[in-house]
Amino acid sequence: MTQAVFAPWDDPSQKPIIRFNRVTKRFGEFTAIDDLTLDIFEQEFFALLGPSGCGKTTMMRMLAGFETPTDGTIELAGQDIAPVPPNKRAVNMMFQSYALFPHLSVYENIAFGLRRGDMPKHDIDDRVAEMLKLTRLEKFARRKPHQISGGQRQRVALARSLAKAPKLLLLDEPLGALDAKLRQATQFELMDIQEKTGTTFVIVTHDQEEAMTVASRVAVMDEGRVIQVATPERIYEAPNSVYVADFIGDVNIIEGTAKASGEGRFDVVWDADKEPFTAASELPLSDGQTCHLAIRPEKVTISAERPADAVNAVEGKVLDIAYLGNLSTYHVELPGGQIIKAQTANTRRVSRRGFTWEDPVWISWTATAAVLLEQ
Amino acid sequence: MQRFALIAVPYVWLLALFLVPFIIVFKISLSDIALSIPPYTPTLEDGFGPFFAALDFENFAFLASDDLYWRAYASSLRIAAISTFLTLLVGYPIAYAMARAPEEWRPTLMMLVILPFWTSFLIRVYAWMGILSQEGFLNQFLLWTGIISDPLMILNTNTAVYIGIIYTYVPFMILPIFSALDRLDGSLIEAAEDLGCSRLQAFWLVTIPLSKNGIIAGSFLVFIPALGEFVIPSLLGGSGTLMIGKVLWEEFFNNRDWPVASAVAVILLLILIIPIILFQRNQQRQAEEEA
Amino acid sequence: MNRLSWFNVTSLTLGFAFLYLPMVILVIYSFNESKLVTVWAGFSTKWYGELLQNEAFLDAAWVTIKVAVLSSTFATVLGTMAAYVLVRGGRFLGRTVFSGMIYAPLVMPEVITGLSLLLLFIGIGLDRDVLTIVLAHTTFSMCYVSVVVSSRLMTFDRSLEEAALDLGCSSFDAFRLVTLPIIAPAVISGWLLAFTLSLDDLVIASFTAGPSATTLPIKIFSAVRLGVSPEINALSTIMIGIVTVGVISASLVSKRNSLRQQREEQAAARAA
Repeated sequence: MTQAVFAPWDDPSQKPIIRFNRVTKRFGEFTAIDDLTLDIFEQEFFALLGPSGCGKTTMMRMLAGFETPTDGTIELAGQDIAPVPPNKRAVNMMFQSYALFPHLSVYENIAFGLRRGDMPKHDIDDRVAEMLKLTRLEKFARRKPHQISGGQRQRVALARSLAKAPKLLLLDEPLGALDAKLRQATQFELMDIQEKTGTTFVIVTHDQEEAMTVASRVAVMDEGRVIQVATPERIYEAPNSVYVADFIGDVNIIEGTAKASGEGRFDVVWDADKEPFTAASELPLSDGQTCHLAIRPEKVTISAERPADAVNAVEGKVLDIAYLGNLSTYHVELPGGQIIKAQTANTRRVSRRGFTWEDPVWISWTATAAVLLEQ
Repeated sequence: MQRFALIAVPYVWLLALFLVPFIIVFKISLSDIALSIPPYTPTLEDGFGPFFAALDFENFAFLASDDLYWRAYASSLRIAAISTFLTLLVGYPIAYAMARAPEEWRPTLMMLVILPFWTSFLIRVYAWMGILSQEGFLNQFLLWTGIISDPLMILNTNTAVYIGIIYTYVPFMILPIFSALDRLDGSLIEAAEDLGCSRLQAFWLVTIPLSKNGIIAGSFLVFIPALGEFVIPSLLGGSGTLMIGKVLWEEFFNNRDWPVASAVAVILLLILIIPIILFQRNQQRQAEEEA
Repeated sequence: MNRLSWFNVTSLTLGFAFLYLPMVILVIYSFNESKLVTVWAGFSTKWYGELLQNEAFLDAAWVTIKVAVLSSTFATVLGTMAAYVLVRGGRFLGRTVFSGMIYAPLVMPEVITGLSLLLLFIGIGLDRDVLTIVLAHTTFSMCYVSVVVSSRLMTFDRSLEEAALDLGCSSFDAFRLVTLPIIAPAVISGWLLAFTLSLDDLVIASFTAGPSATTLPIKIFSAVRLGVSPEINALSTIMIGIVTVGVISASLVSKRNSLRQQREEQAAARAA
């Protein structure tokens, strides 16, 4: 049985719920968002990922209505939202600090948004009860924010922003204030709640693992631009630039020049004295063009002898070994001085380590293991 | 619209009741005294044209020529400076001891310093009249202990003014110094001692420089109001105590010479501008250092 | 650093003795039988009795309280608005002048403030009365209120207001339902500060009060110029008593609240 894959972004007949159309935002001299175009679809769990100052928070604040674009338009369900003030938008936000009203109980915090409309009182009660149940906070309804734990506060903030059933929920670093263990559990809870309510979520985070875990698609941002928008697997396995490859996970980057060696295949000359590496790529690279090979450490094999069938193999010596418990990372120095990281899984509890410092070793990878990047 | 009203209401209030009166003082300082009500000419009733047209610097020339005013300004500056220094000498040890007190005492000690703020200034000055007078408690006490054989004349002298200023303004000195010392990392003193300083050297080389901002802020907070002080010199000082606040008061209420009173005010303000700007700078620098 | 040397103990003892002894003596001698204020002649409350018979003092007290309540209330409204403008108003024409006018009265000698207001009132032909004192007190107390409130607003987490807007509040509702309840303690202490400033003020009131409206400080001042009097001691004791009880109970309440909050936070963290 095949299940339809959720991928509205691949379906040209789908209309996006959010459309950034050539949006620019400047604060005085500083350009926070630079000519940015982006579509987000209904029921997506969309992550904006980037280092601090990359503009991701500005994008979120423009969606919430706290900033207006300097140029370009933002559409929500086909309507330009620039003239709509924050209190009239069908968009709610969960703040990084949670912004729970300290003088109101958990119940009153969740009911706060509902009371702004003309909802009858018993409907408000029902809706708040529903939200309390969804976030497992029934026991804490009468407490004040300072009387509950950090994790509970996080859930109150989520319940409050979901109570009005917004078309779009914005989450600004929603798990940033939680400790590592609680954060993991909460990530799954967030995904669960997103699925149950069917709300479109846009999350801002600087934590790549968090983005990869929760999101249906990730936009990697830098200096006000979106560098790549894709599903987590594609971001990891097929980054479109050195920046993305380097930002997500660990990667070896080898710089060289390309030379076509067949249909969708290139030789990468990285050292004049050495045999070039071979990589498969759809990129239209011209001969002699500078390019980068990106290889994830776990795709590099380390061995004592040159593997017989290896496409790419090079000899070096072990410089450092990092034992991480589940994995070991070897830093192998090539004759030219470049260091390549190779990772092996420690699948058995007691095993003799094959290599030690200063050992000469061979590292190798397949033609499809490396990604060839133009920039 | 809402935003406009929010800004406009307090703005207009302050313009009308702070800035405009100020301009009037400045203007009247350039008018002539007249035997009428109000006792200066020209008045606003003469219209804006003449009101601003007939200006002269006679009053300022008069202030410059009469050495009463020079002496009053100089003596105010001297009294304010000396009492600021004395307040520092009294206040620093208290602030220092408060900062060294056990953590759980500090809020109580703070409250004890602040509490006199809330009691009437006038009453606090008045309390000293009964203590410092010829037959007052201080003289009774000193006679009883046999230190002196004749009562001292303290009330109605400059000494009483110093005591009054120290007493009423010492909380202003203690609080900023305490807050600077309170933030001081105790391990700095230990580090200084570890590196060979004696207790006293550590205090002189570490504690004092690091509480410098508090000392400066406290000194200005005492100096600025002391300079224009009126109640203390008029209740505790004598006929020989010349302070500009008192001169202004007498010029206004006793001599009814409004133009000269205004000129006195204008010059007092010009003198105050320097310490006020220095104080503002110090506060700003401190805020920047903390940021 | 919390080991007190004998030097520290001495400075604390002498320091607080210096701060409190004059007031303690004043209080004790208000119960003195004798008219001679520095000679103890036995316990008596007769000066309190005489004080309560003294119509002039009672009238002045009534005027003072009226002025203080009115001016501190106006000052709190205006000062809170001014604080909000200073902290949240963003940029507007004349902002520097505005913040200058807020801070200047704090360092302005009272004689100058009083003189300038009097000249204004005479210039526009306003009769000196309770109203003129209220106007004068409102003007200088609003600056104190705005300093107190703006320092609270500066540490106020702005996302709370944004959250209120996000949940559908107008900006006025956000202020009314979220900002104001949270900064209320600062607003209340601003009101109390304005109230005591008005209660205390002698100099500005002397300039702006007319013959028909004399405040208590003016009355006290003209009485004590002639020397120490037991009636004034009694009056001072009453005022010191009110302030002491007020300040101590306010600080106990706030201490109890913050302790409770701390305990509840710890309990919540432990339960998690």
